[in-house]
Amino acid sequence: MIKATNLSKTYGPHKVLHLDLLEIPKGESFGLVGNNGAGKTTFFSLLLDLVQPTTGNILNKDIQVDKSEAWKPHTAAFIDESFLIGYLTPEEYFYFIGELRGRSKEQVDRHLAQYEDFFHGEILGQKKYLRDLSKGNQKKAGIVASFIGDPEVIILDEPFANLDPTTQIRLKGIIKELASRQGVTVLVSSHDLSHVTEVCERIVVLEKGQIVKDIQTSPATLRELEAFFGKVEE
Amino acid sequence: MLKRFLSLQWKSMIRSSSFRTEIWFKILMVFGALYFIAVFLSLGFGSYFIIEKLDMGDPFRVVNRFMIYYLGFDMVFRYMLQKMPVTNIKPLLYLPVKKNQVVRFSLFKTVVSFFNWSHAFFFIPFTIILITKDYDLVGALAWHLGMMGLIYSNNMLNVLVNNRDWAFYIMASLFAGAALVQYYQIFDITVYTQTFFDLLYDQPVWAAVPWAVLIILYLSSFYYFKSRMYLDGGLAVKQKEAKTENLDWLNRYGYLGTFLKNDIKLIRRNKRSKTSVITSFFFLFYGLLFFTGAVEMYDNAFWKIFAGIFVTGGFLFTFGQYVPSWDSSYYPLMMSQNIKYRDYLNSKWYLIIIATLISTVLSTFYIYFGWEAYAAVLAGAMYNLGINSYLVLLGGAYVKSPIDLTSNKKAFGDKQAFNAKTMLLTIPKMFLPMLIYWGGSMINEPAGYLAVAAVGVLGFVFKNPTFRLIERIYKKEKYKTLLAYKENA
Repeated sequence: MIKATNLSKTYGPHKVLHLDLLEIPKGESFGLVGNNGAGKTTFFSLLLDLVQPTTGNILNKDIQVDKSEAWKPHTAAFIDESFLIGYLTPEEYFYFIGELRGRSKEQVDRHLAQYEDFFHGEILGQKKYLRDLSKGNQKKAGIVASFIGDPEVIILDEPFANLDPTTQIRLKGIIKELASRQGVTVLVSSHDLSHVTEVCERIVVLEKGQIVKDIQTSPATLRELEAFFGKVEE
Repeated sequence: MLKRFLSLQWKSMIRSSSFRTEIWFKILMVFGALYFIAVFLSLGFGSYFIIEKLDMGDPFRVVNRFMIYYLGFDMVFRYMLQKMPVTNIKPLLYLPVKKNQVVRFSLFKTVVSFFNWSHAFFFIPFTIILITKDYDLVGALAWHLGMMGLIYSNNMLNVLVNNRDWAFYIMASLFAGAALVQYYQIFDITVYTQTFFDLLYDQPVWAAVPWAVLIILYLSSFYYFKSRMYLDGGLAVKQKEAKTENLDWLNRYGYLGTFLKNDIKLIRRNKRSKTSVITSFFFLFYGLLFFTGAVEMYDNAFWKIFAGIFVTGGFLFTFGQYVPSWDSSYYPLMMSQNIKYRDYLNSKWYLIIIATLISTVLSTFYIYFGWEAYAAVLAGAMYNLGINSYLVLLGGAYVKSPIDLTSNKKAFGDKQAFNAKTMLLTIPKMFLPMLIYWGGSMINEPAGYLAVAAVGVLGFVFKNPTFRLIERIYKKEKYKTLLAYKENA
């Protein structure tokens, strides 16, 4: 589904990302872990054509993302608050995204109904604009919005950060459920090793922009990752 | 402590990424400032002799008579253009810095603003001329000092009012009302205010009054801000209850409707954009200066074209100019969502076109001033629709300063509704039509207006190729724009 070839990004003298080859097959739930500055967000930004690669390219469903916009209909993402429109209420925001993805109000409402638990009564019908919601609630709205319109690729950067424990657990359930659906590729990055190992079938560890580990998740994975990050120096 | 504050201020200016990229803007602004200084200077030196020549009576008394309007205009300009001091207060709150010092520094920064010292270029030469013309020395100096006090009172008043739109609107309508009743000779406020300004000269003791007012205003703004230096006080982001309006009727326009709905909400729900639209409404009346013969210099066809562009282009200049910065806070969303650049730009273009058409309809009243005035307005409208609508979008690709829509995020508020930069960017869009008019008017006057309108129509015909070009430029600039929005947000 996604194929990055000889992909690199350089800022001045710093090479922040260098991937010789990374292939993510359709339907995989893919986890990206790494310390700050390892290149996780850079990779996602490249995937969404928000930054330009220095070398190489990314194909999303055989479409080169920096050449054509045809990947947009089947791809959705929530990276940070810059994916929210602050002056809209959550409902209006969901409808806006829905309209862009060819979904009627009713379809969006039906979609939202599935996430009532996840919202915990703090998102819908609050008479508040998104900019006035707390960080955690903003994140909930952004994550759910990225599911609208049955995208085939969903990209979530640090979805667990800022969420309360209950919501984290519910989010894990949601992501697992999504990944189990036919053909939905989920890409998640996180600093929380136990969450990713629980949610993802495959985990790639980035270190200074390079892939240092590529693991199919198994019961031993968490220990392996903890051992790895425990001894990372510098 | 002052030294440290100054060094913080200096660093925040030098290190902002806009400082380097927008240096040519700054140069233009310096030219703008020089222009105003020249105007003030020539007024300062010239007004005495002009009034004398016009034989309107004692020039000093005449100046005093109109002084209330001078101060009124000063207030309006300040409210719209003067930047409020933004001291980054939050990080200082828990440090061992006295609150008094922080507030004092912030207020002090307004004192050295261009909007204060530029007046010296009028008052100093004018006072000198008064003295050389055998006016009483003590009286003239007292008058001068009193006026200084009033200018600074305006400054403090602006600081206080800046957080409250209603206060400004009350003051502005009082001011406009006073001008109106005076124009129709119902009631002349200047008779009463003149007495006061004369008093500053006749009885120099009275010069203390403006200073007393100034001290009161200073202290009240001081305590006003000091009492609000809490995270849940003045530093808190104000929340309003969300209101949803039903704009479903726009749905029938497909993607275009989706974006238009969003843009309408953008305009209605954000202070910054709301003020822009209100400002654009006032542009409608700008033509009065040109078509009524109020200003002799403007009383020719060249300037009428200029006015035509301005009258119908208010929205274009105050809002259109800033595309895509209005969407800066969620630009990454727009760029990765299922949106084609073309649809996005197209919706902004339609918004500009609709607003320009509305302005054109609203400015029908210029027909009252003769066919020439209305022809100029229509020609200007055509040019705005056909050419300037593209030019603002094109310019937008290169304007990379993000807009903080809420703008009450910062403690003392960065409230300027439109800034001087915008005004300067409009210059190239104004002179080309004047040139075209000049070309056409070689034949005769109507041909001049027709030529301007024809160029506008031509622009319409070439919409598709022009849009392809604009789209290409936006795509090329996309990454830089994203980066700039991220850095400066």
